[in-house]
Amino acid sequence: MANYEIKDLLEWDERIREKVIEFGLDCYPQEFELCDHSGMLGYMAYSGMPSHYPHWSYGKSYEKLKTLYDHGVSGLPYEMVINSNPALAYLMRDNTLLLQVLTIAHVYGHNDFFKRNFTYGSTHAEYTIELFKAHALRVRRYIEDPSIGIDKVEHVMDAAHALSLQRRRNLAIRKLTQTEQVERALDSARPPDDPFKRIHAPKAYVEPNIRKVPYEPEDDVLLFIRDHNPFLQEWEKDVLTIVDEESKYFIPMIETKIMNEGWASYWHKRILESLELEQGLRIEFIVRHNQVVRPIPGQINPYHLGLRVWEDLHRRYTNPTPEEIKRDGAPNKSGEEKIFEAREVERDSSFLRRYLTEDLMREMDLFQYEPRGDDLVVSKVSDEEGWRGVKENLLRNIGMATIPVIKIEDADFGQNRTLYLRHFHDGRDLHLEYAEKTLAYLYRLWGRECVLETTVQGKRSLLCFNDRGFSAKALK
Amino acid sequence: MPLVESIFREYRPSDAERSDRSAGDRLRHRQKVRELIRENISDIIAEESIIGKDKDRIIKVPLRGIKEYRFVYGENAPGVGQGDGNSKPGQVVGKAGREGQGQGQDRAGDRPGVDYYETDVTLEELIEIMFEDLELPDMERRALREVEAERSTKRKGYRKVGIRVRLDKRRTAKQRIMRKLASRHDERVEVGEKTNERFPFHDDDLKYRHVEAEMKKESNAVVMCVMDTSGSMDTMKKYLARSFFFLLYQFITTRYRNVEIVFIGHHTEANEVSEEEFFHKGESGGTFISSGYLKALEIIQERYHPSLWNIYAFHCSDGDNFDSDNPAALRAAKDLADVCNLFGYGEIKPLGSRYYESSMLNVFRRLDAPNFQTVLIERKEDIWPSFKAFLAKEKPQ
Repeated sequence: MANYEIKDLLEWDERIREKVIEFGLDCYPQEFELCDHSGMLGYMAYSGMPSHYPHWSYGKSYEKLKTLYDHGVSGLPYEMVINSNPALAYLMRDNTLLLQVLTIAHVYGHNDFFKRNFTYGSTHAEYTIELFKAHALRVRRYIEDPSIGIDKVEHVMDAAHALSLQRRRNLAIRKLTQTEQVERALDSARPPDDPFKRIHAPKAYVEPNIRKVPYEPEDDVLLFIRDHNPFLQEWEKDVLTIVDEESKYFIPMIETKIMNEGWASYWHKRILESLELEQGLRIEFIVRHNQVVRPIPGQINPYHLGLRVWEDLHRRYTNPTPEEIKRDGAPNKSGEEKIFEAREVERDSSFLRRYLTEDLMREMDLFQYEPRGDDLVVSKVSDEEGWRGVKENLLRNIGMATIPVIKIEDADFGQNRTLYLRHFHDGRDLHLEYAEKTLAYLYRLWGRECVLETTVQGKRSLLCFNDRGFSAKALK
Repeated sequence: MPLVESIFREYRPSDAERSDRSAGDRLRHRQKVRELIRENISDIIAEESIIGKDKDRIIKVPLRGIKEYRFVYGENAPGVGQGDGNSKPGQVVGKAGREGQGQGQDRAGDRPGVDYYETDVTLEELIEIMFEDLELPDMERRALREVEAERSTKRKGYRKVGIRVRLDKRRTAKQRIMRKLASRHDERVEVGEKTNERFPFHDDDLKYRHVEAEMKKESNAVVMCVMDTSGSMDTMKKYLARSFFFLLYQFITTRYRNVEIVFIGHHTEANEVSEEEFFHKGESGGTFISSGYLKALEIIQERYHPSLWNIYAFHCSDGDNFDSDNPAALRAAKDLADVCNLFGYGEIKPLGSRYYESSMLNVFRRLDAPNFQTVLIERKEDIWPSFKAFLAKEKPQ
C-alpha cells in the first residue's frame, strides 16, 4: 500500500509549484486524479479522455493492455496527462511517495509544453473535454437511433478509423479552400507584366483547368469524402467529422512525442534535484529516474533521446567546449533562453534535425538496421560517413513521418467519379495486404471505384478497389 | 509572477467500481472475436491441443486478431535503434517481421506485424460456439424415464390436511382469529381485547404446508465409441478418430444430462477397454468389423436398454476388413442402427490412401437405414464437416 497521505501530496505539490514558477515554466491550471490500475488501464485505452465515444477497438486496446500488464510484459505508466485547460493528469495511487513527487513534477513539464509549444495551438485546449464529450454523445445517439443502430455506425466508423491519419499534418499552416486555390492558380497563370513585351513574343497563356476537383492534391481524405460524396447521410458525415477531429487533436502529440517526454523528464529531474530530497528519497529518485530514461537496446526510448538532446542543447549554450565554440561560434543566448525558445517553436522532426548533433549520436550509438533475410542487420552506424544517413532515417521513423503520405488527386477520374489517390513514395513501399484492406474501407465510404497509385518494388503500380473487389496492375 | 493552480481529486473506491467504462466496448470486441472464432472453427478444433481436455479448462486459441487496417509501410523499411556503444555494420540485432523493433512507443508508428494474439476461451465456450455453428435444432429426447436417486422436494401452497410436523402455526392462528372475528360480528369487540370466553381451535383452522416431491426426470445417453485397433491403425488415424469421438461426446453432453461413454476396441475380436487403452494401445492383426458391432450390441443389451437410453454409436476404422466378414458386418450394422439414435461409420484414410486400400464405404452403401451415416476423413480439416454431416442424420423421433 502507498506510503503517503493526500496531504503529503498537497505539500509536495506546493513545493513543486514554487519551483515550477521559479524555473519559469508556464502552465495551465492542473488537476490531478488518483486512480487504481484498472482505472489507469481504462484511461489508457481511451487516450486519457474522461469521456469518449464507444467503439470496439477501445475494448480491444483495453484487453491488450490488460493482457500485457497481467503477464508483466509491460508495466503501467506512472501518470497520464491530457492536453486540456485545465490540464488533467492521472496518478497511480499505488505508487510510492517518491514516484508521486517525481510524477507531479513530470506532469508540470508536460503541462508547460502543451500550453506553449506551437503545434498545440490547433487543439483548443479549453474545449478538449467538452469536445470529446460532445462526440461521445453524438455517437451514442446514432447508436441508439433505431433507424441507424450500432452495426451501421460501426460500419462507417471502422472505415473512418482506417483512414483517420490520412490528413493534413502541419496544422499551423492554414488550408486554402478550393476557391482560394483556384484564384491563386489563375493569378499565377496570368502572364507577368513584361516591360519588353514589344520586342519578344508574349508567353503563351496556359489556362489552368479550374474545374478539377480537388484543384490541388488533397490530404484530408475523410473530410474530402464528407464534402464530396453526395450519397452520404448526415449522420455518416458527422461520424467522419468526429473521427477526423479526434485525429486532428492527437497529431500534435504524435508530432512531439520525443520533445515532450524529453522536456517533462528534463524538468522533473531539475525540479527534484532542487528540492533537496532526504537521502532515502534521493536514492529512490535516482533509481526511478534512470528506469524511465534509460536507453533501450535496439530501440529508441523517446524519454532517453529527448532528455539527452535537451540536456545537450542546454549545455552547449551554457558551457560549450572549445571545439564547439570554434565550430558554431560563441552562444548568443543562455542555455535557459535557448531551451525555452526551442520548446516553443520546434516539433520532433525539426528539433532533432537541428539539435541532435553528430557527437551526441555517436555517444548514444544510434544505428540504422534493415531486414536482411530473416534477420535485422545493422546497416549504418553513427560514424563520420554514416551519421547523416542514420539521422535522416531516424527522422523518417518518428511522428507523422511513419504514416505514408497519400493524397487525393482527382475525384472524377475517367469522368466516372473514380477517386484517384497518389502515394508520395519516399523509398518505402506500402504494406500491400494493409493497403488492400484500407482501400476496401475507402471504397466503402466513397461508394465508387478507388484507385491508388503507388510504387511497388520500384515499379509504378495501380491498386484498385471497385464493385468487383481488389485488383492491382503495374503501370508502364 | 503567474501562479499555477492545482487541485487533487482523491481516489474513491466507489467511483472506481462504478466506472468500468470500457465494459461495453470490450463486450463488442468479444463478440467480434467470437465471430472470428466461428469463422475459423474448423481450424481451431482441428488443433491437437483442445482434444481430450477437461471442460472447464481454459484453452488458448491463437487467433489472427481483429486487425485495424491503415495505410502503413511494409517490412522492408529500415529503422533506427540505439546500441550499447559498439554497434558495427553487419551486426544482427533482431529478427525481421517482428513487431516492436526500433519504434519507441509511438502511437502512430503502428507498423503491421504479426498481430496474432491468444484469446482465452473455455472449452465449454468453444463447444458452445461450435454447436451454434452447427445450427441444429434441439434434439428431441427419447424416453425420459430413469428417476434419479436424489429426489428434491419443493413447497407448494397449503392444505387443510397433512402431517403434524408440517403444521403452519402462524397461519393456523390467523385462521382462528379470522373465524373468531367473523363469529362475533354484532358485538363490536376490538381485536385482542381480553374476553374470558374460550374460543378453541377447530379442525378447519389447521393449515399444513404442502410439499411436493419433484421427480427429476433424467435423460440418458450413451456414446459407444467403436474403433478398429488392428495393426493398420497408426497414430495419425487414431488421432483423427479421437478428434471425432471427442466432438461427438462433447455434443452429446450438451444435449443430455447423464451421459456415459463406452470404448470398444476391436481387431478380429472386440473388447471393452478404458479410454487410455483405447487411444494408446496398439494391437496387431487383422480386422473383423462385425466383432466390434456385436460387442456393442451385447453391451447395449446388458446395460443400456434402448427404451431408457439414447444410444449414439460411432465406429472408426480404416476400412481394411476381411472380405469374408463383410456380410456379417452389414447384418450387425443393421441391428445396431435399429437400436441407436444415430449410428455412424467413419472411414479414416489419411493422404489419399483410399485409392489403393480396400474400403467399407461400398459395403455400407447397401445398408438402408435413415439414421446411419458414413463419412470419409482424410485430413484434420475433414473432421468438422463430417461431424456436421453425421449429425444431420439424427433419427426423427
